[in-house]
Amino acid sequence: MRQQKTRNFCIIAHIDHGKSTLADRLLEMTGALSEREMDVQVLDTMELERERGITIKAQAVRLVYKYKDGEEYILNLIDTPGHVDFTYEVSKSLAACEGALLVVDASQGIQAQTLANLYLALEQNLEIIPVINKIDLPGARPDWVKKQIEEVIGLDAEDAPLISAKNGIGIEAVLDSIIEKIPPPIGSDEAPLRALIFDSFYDNYRGVIAYIRVKEGTIKPGDRIMIMSNGKEFEVTDVGVFRPFLSPVQELRAGDVGYISAGIKSVRDTRVGDTITHANRPAGESLPGYKHMQPMVYCGIYPAEGAKYEDLREALEKLQLNDASLVFEPETSVALGFGFRCGFLGLLHMEIVQERLEREYDLDLVTTAPSVIYRVKKSNGELVEVSNPTNLPPPVEMEYIEEPKVSVQIISPNEYVGAIMELCQERRGEYKHMEYIESTRVLITYEMPLNEIIYDFFDALKSRTRGYASFDYEYIGYKKSDLVKLDILLSGEAVDALSTIVHKDKAYARGRAIAQKLKEVIPRQLFEVPIQAAIGNKIIARETIKALRKDVLAKCYGGDITRKRKLLEKQKEGKKRMRQIGSVEVPQEAFMAVLKIN
Amino acid sequence: MHSIGLYIHFPFCLRKCNYCDFPSFQGMDEWITPYINALCRELQEWKGKLTDYRVQTIYLGGGTPTLIPAEQIAYVLNLCTSIFHVEDDAEITIEANPGTVSKEQLSVLKDSGVNRLSIGLQAWQERHLKTLGRIHRNKDLLYSVDFARDAGLYNISIDVMFGLPGQTVDEWLETLYRVCMLGIEHVSTYSLKVEEGTLLYTWLNRGLISLPTQEEDRSMYYRGRDYLHQHGLEQYEISNFAVPGRECIHNLIYWNNGEYIGFGSGAHSFFNKERFSNYKGIKKYIDAVMTGSKRTEFRERIDEVNERFETIMLGLRLVKGISKKSFMERFGRDIYYYYGEAIKKLEEKNLLIDDGRQIRLTTRGMDVQNTVLLEFMGLN
Repeated sequence: MRQQKTRNFCIIAHIDHGKSTLADRLLEMTGALSEREMDVQVLDTMELERERGITIKAQAVRLVYKYKDGEEYILNLIDTPGHVDFTYEVSKSLAACEGALLVVDASQGIQAQTLANLYLALEQNLEIIPVINKIDLPGARPDWVKKQIEEVIGLDAEDAPLISAKNGIGIEAVLDSIIEKIPPPIGSDEAPLRALIFDSFYDNYRGVIAYIRVKEGTIKPGDRIMIMSNGKEFEVTDVGVFRPFLSPVQELRAGDVGYISAGIKSVRDTRVGDTITHANRPAGESLPGYKHMQPMVYCGIYPAEGAKYEDLREALEKLQLNDASLVFEPETSVALGFGFRCGFLGLLHMEIVQERLEREYDLDLVTTAPSVIYRVKKSNGELVEVSNPTNLPPPVEMEYIEEPKVSVQIISPNEYVGAIMELCQERRGEYKHMEYIESTRVLITYEMPLNEIIYDFFDALKSRTRGYASFDYEYIGYKKSDLVKLDILLSGEAVDALSTIVHKDKAYARGRAIAQKLKEVIPRQLFEVPIQAAIGNKIIARETIKALRKDVLAKCYGGDITRKRKLLEKQKEGKKRMRQIGSVEVPQEAFMAVLKIN
Repeated sequence: MHSIGLYIHFPFCLRKCNYCDFPSFQGMDEWITPYINALCRELQEWKGKLTDYRVQTIYLGGGTPTLIPAEQIAYVLNLCTSIFHVEDDAEITIEANPGTVSKEQLSVLKDSGVNRLSIGLQAWQERHLKTLGRIHRNKDLLYSVDFARDAGLYNISIDVMFGLPGQTVDEWLETLYRVCMLGIEHVSTYSLKVEEGTLLYTWLNRGLISLPTQEEDRSMYYRGRDYLHQHGLEQYEISNFAVPGRECIHNLIYWNNGEYIGFGSGAHSFFNKERFSNYKGIKKYIDAVMTGSKRTEFRERIDEVNERFETIMLGLRLVKGISKKSFMERFGRDIYYYYGEAIKKLEEKNLLIDDGRQIRLTTRGMDVQNTVLLEFMGLN
């Protein structure tokens, strides 16, 4: 009975197509929030999420809607992250639902980035309801969009609600079609408990709050539960739902979406995708598809001022409380001093962490170029993993190096196939497969080294396909590769923080490019500074920063001494942010400069 | 009795130069008389406030002060003499552009006390004058100098610039040759600095002009320095050269971090441990003075840390540098007490020398004075 009156759904949309605004309207319409409580875009809670217009963490909210049959329905909206770094998290949020709203902008039509998530939703057998938004804008072409949805995705869009989330038009039709089209959850209340964790966060008072979707069984306070991947047991102290603020209920049953707290001390114990069951009556099998996500990308993070090292550690520890995918360990660099080697799910995750450290913890950071983890078989038979290029053993001590490979899927209009293939070849991609998923769209599969896509692959793909290609990747394992360590020397001294691992065939071009880039970024010094790129002892590229010849103000502006002093103060500020490497002063951008090379 | 310098600003020009970011305006001529009135009122407000001071220099700068009728200038100078204690042999300079002065005008100025003329030539070659937006022709310089001599002015300075877009070393030396031929007493050589907000800045950003490299700029600087030296003009400051004894006393006040009061729009002062400046806009300035409301747009108290730094910053512009004795007298402690570490470090890098009495920059140190000064910053 209760299940018949429940619908669990999420919203899939391209950035700017109005996902958050629609979510807000749904909350408003169902009275989940009073107008006073309505802050714009309630679900995107992090400042960063709002600014970037993306969702980083999943959120959930429970709506109560009175349908035209006079009955009250419970609609659980689960908001999903929207980036390739978080594909796994997205798939788990989707797995907590039976249906999804596919929001498409009436003037722009389907955009490439929507597709990857849409296909994820289809994989989970979700019922998809197309919703056409922004119909009140000039240039809205709802019929064209409907046709597009039918042709591209093969969904029937005839009855798609035409709405304006911004102006509250057509919201009721959306609510009605959720009830009419999305199937109610199934699963027995009586079966052994199986609840899917789709997110969790750490609360200072209650410990971990895990967001769950109960698939089977019932969970209530006092229950002894077990996390199925690690066998850890806890006692449930609290269960509840999202109204949207956490509010306790007596129990959660099969089909419900809610949260539990159980005195759990670390989000590491409640990883996304894991299954919660009862300790005394465990389920036979956990829910499918749990993966322990390992960091894919590493970089060094250093405080700009050495004295802030402890502050950085504290900040990382705090972020880790809420981010099970973030790992870090102390490391030392000759150039940068004390810092941490941090591991991330992907580049966006890395950027987000860096930005949060800088913004929420007010830290000034120097970061090194990202690297993947290499596996090295040493001549003495030992196997080592290298996440910091500096630590790569010398060539004579290595038998071989392996690097992580991924299978890359790109969906794009067929006119860009040539450009995409060219890009993938440049990035050492190995062509695997291409198929037409409809008359004008293709799915291209390449096998590529992860280190070729962590820099700027997505940006390059977007620019070469005018934003129409979507891209996703899947880790497939390690393969041997002809890799070398490329060192950079300033005034003859190797700068550890600038070392990178590159494919041998690309080393020369890259060495030259880095040297040229550094020449642009490093200001002239009192003496000439040679920049060299080297593989082992062999110099493969050289540039010279000429000595500073002139750094003097011609005159004192009619007695305006203050202006001159202020100019010097500004110059001094700039100098303070430089890193002293040997006798060379290097600006912080230099350490990221190796990234910005095509 | 202390010494002090007066600066009087005249913000009027026939045409604004393309490199100029000074408070000076073209097409404002109808404001000249109201401006002079305001200026006189401002001067009068200082009556009785400088009783302990002897005015050592008066500098009439601009803009183009010679656009102002000589009688009005004479009136202003007379007013100064009646209000302040102006020394009999005070250096009184007026700035002029070639072609803006007549013989009669200069005679009137000379009679009113002006004894030094500073002419802004900038470059000899017509193409550079055009780029810079100068409206005079090079031969105007010859007339102007002749007029000045005829009027009895025997202390003449000429401003020239190097590092101009597309300028060659030969062109630069030709400019200096023309200047030296005139047998003048003082030359200022400024390396062009393209300031934000000027026409040159826009052109530079659009790639319409390009500046010489640092290497080319320095080569002009060195060649120019040698050339002037050969012609009896000795360098006494980063950008200034003079026949010995004819150094600009007014500018020396700045470089010795002495006190000066600026009158007129946008004029800067350093007085009683405070730096302040008047509104830059002509109308705003006139309005403020005439209504007796606040006329400073900037005011900063100079604490001792800043005063010490500014003393270094300015003093190291001079070829002879900073006198250790004067420093000690001014701040009560040896210069090494405050800056010993910086001085030693810079000496090691051959950027600075302590010759026993003076701390001064080496020739290399002069080229990178800013870099040198950074070492003195943040120290007490």
